[in-house]
Amino acid sequence: MDKMLYVAMSGAKQNMQALAINANNLANAKTTGFKADLAQARSMQAFGEGQPTRVFSMTERASQNFDSGSILTTGRSLDIAIKGEGWFAVQTPELSNADALGFGQGEAFSRQGHLRLTDEGTLETSNGELVLGDNGPIILPLPVSNIQISPDGTIMVQPEGAPNSAQEEVGRIKLVNPDVRLIEKGVDGLFRRKDGQVELSDATVKVQGGALESSNVNPLSEMTDMIALQRQFEMHLKLMKTAEDNDASSSSLLRAF
Amino acid sequence: MNPALWISKTGLDAQTKDIAVISNNLANASTVGFKKSRAVFEDLLYQNINQPGGRTADDSEAPSGLMLGAGTKVVATQKIHSQGDMLTTDNALDLMIQGEGFFEILMPDGTSAYSRNGQFTMDDEGNIVTPGAGYLLQPQVTIPEDALSIVVSQDGEVSVTIQGQAEPAIVGQINTVNFVNPTGLEPIGQNLFTETGVSGAPQEGVPGLEGYGMIVQGALETSNVNTTEELVNLIESQRVYEMNSKVISAVDEMLSYINQQL
Repeated sequence: MDKMLYVAMSGAKQNMQALAINANNLANAKTTGFKADLAQARSMQAFGEGQPTRVFSMTERASQNFDSGSILTTGRSLDIAIKGEGWFAVQTPELSNADALGFGQGEAFSRQGHLRLTDEGTLETSNGELVLGDNGPIILPLPVSNIQISPDGTIMVQPEGAPNSAQEEVGRIKLVNPDVRLIEKGVDGLFRRKDGQVELSDATVKVQGGALESSNVNPLSEMTDMIALQRQFEMHLKLMKTAEDNDASSSSLLRAF
Repeated sequence: MNPALWISKTGLDAQTKDIAVISNNLANASTVGFKKSRAVFEDLLYQNINQPGGRTADDSEAPSGLMLGAGTKVVATQKIHSQGDMLTTDNALDLMIQGEGFFEILMPDGTSAYSRNGQFTMDDEGNIVTPGAGYLLQPQVTIPEDALSIVVSQDGEVSVTIQGQAEPAIVGQINTVNFVNPTGLEPIGQNLFTETGVSGAPQEGVPGLEGYGMIVQGALETSNVNTTEELVNLIESQRVYEMNSKVISAVDEMLSYINQQL
């Protein structure tokens, strides 16, 4: 059997996986703070006897596109968007079987700024991860009537019933700006440092209150990538068909004698 | 089967839900005291196909792995409790809360519900009730039969003038209720909300004092739906929906191509 058939088959399979990354990006075209995954193919040589022609491809999710999405103003006081580079730190829940599930633990970085207040006064993301301040989770003294988040992440509140001048500082959201090469996306979609070390806060990161960051998925490039993958897939199939035709002609040749 | 099919399906599901939320907002664009909702999207878990950092040879590691996301989902619909605009009506029983707070309404089963809709009316006994179902406003206020006019002060005091009496008579006090986390309230329809575990317990107070919004008589709070914003969201959702369905048809074509060619 011609080895070409297997090379083409693996190519088609890897194209399908790249298409899954593509589909996930498009499905998250409206997810706040989402960073598009980048798919890349790597050549995997499998040379054996004869000519070194067998080079399989392997699809990888190399990294993410870290460009900022556009800023949507919502006017809600607990919505935050990071301006430019940077992240805010969140505390993910401790799970006893986290390692088995492949979940990362501890501090993670997010740009999904739909924050909410729990009835205990802690600030959390819409997925229930606690928002971290410089000294652990941020807790607001309840009841509060007016929450303001300033560009450096400082949270100012006005205790309920207090005069307008009685603004109280309750903490500062931990804003970090790790080198994007040092972080990776976990299975929960949050980013963490690969080496597990604690990231120090960075005063240059700025937030905007009353706004959210849209997904940075570029639908146009995703759609063209999808077309390219689809056509490439068809070419792989054409090669498989050619391998079949070649095989068929060899057997008919033998039959002629 | 190809994961991309199911990933795109989650995208279609999520956009359908988003469009439902948008259409509910638009349908309530002129509902007094309505608070708009918005759908919150999140990416689903990622599936680890090839672990980054796995050994490729004795002295080398794979620099990046393959992790496939499973799509998106709507994790929550969040009510945005921003103030609506003021609509003056000059009707004595139209009340509006300027600032934070809810009117407390007694439900037929004895529990309390909370509302920002101040279009009150009277029942046959003179009690102040909600316009649709006629639920009683709490604390109960009864207007005497011979009352000529009703005045509700900013701090919720209800007084009436009665024929033949020079001094207005105080007949009740409307208190409002605040919550720590109004977003956590559960909307139950009829412009009513109920308390949940995350909203915090209701804290009753006198309107206009200590952070409680004041009551404005003869005015109503319009819906806080911004129709332009909703229409832009609708366009976005519809196009994202189309793109996800495009992926499904692309995968479908690929699979049908396999069947034809091989």
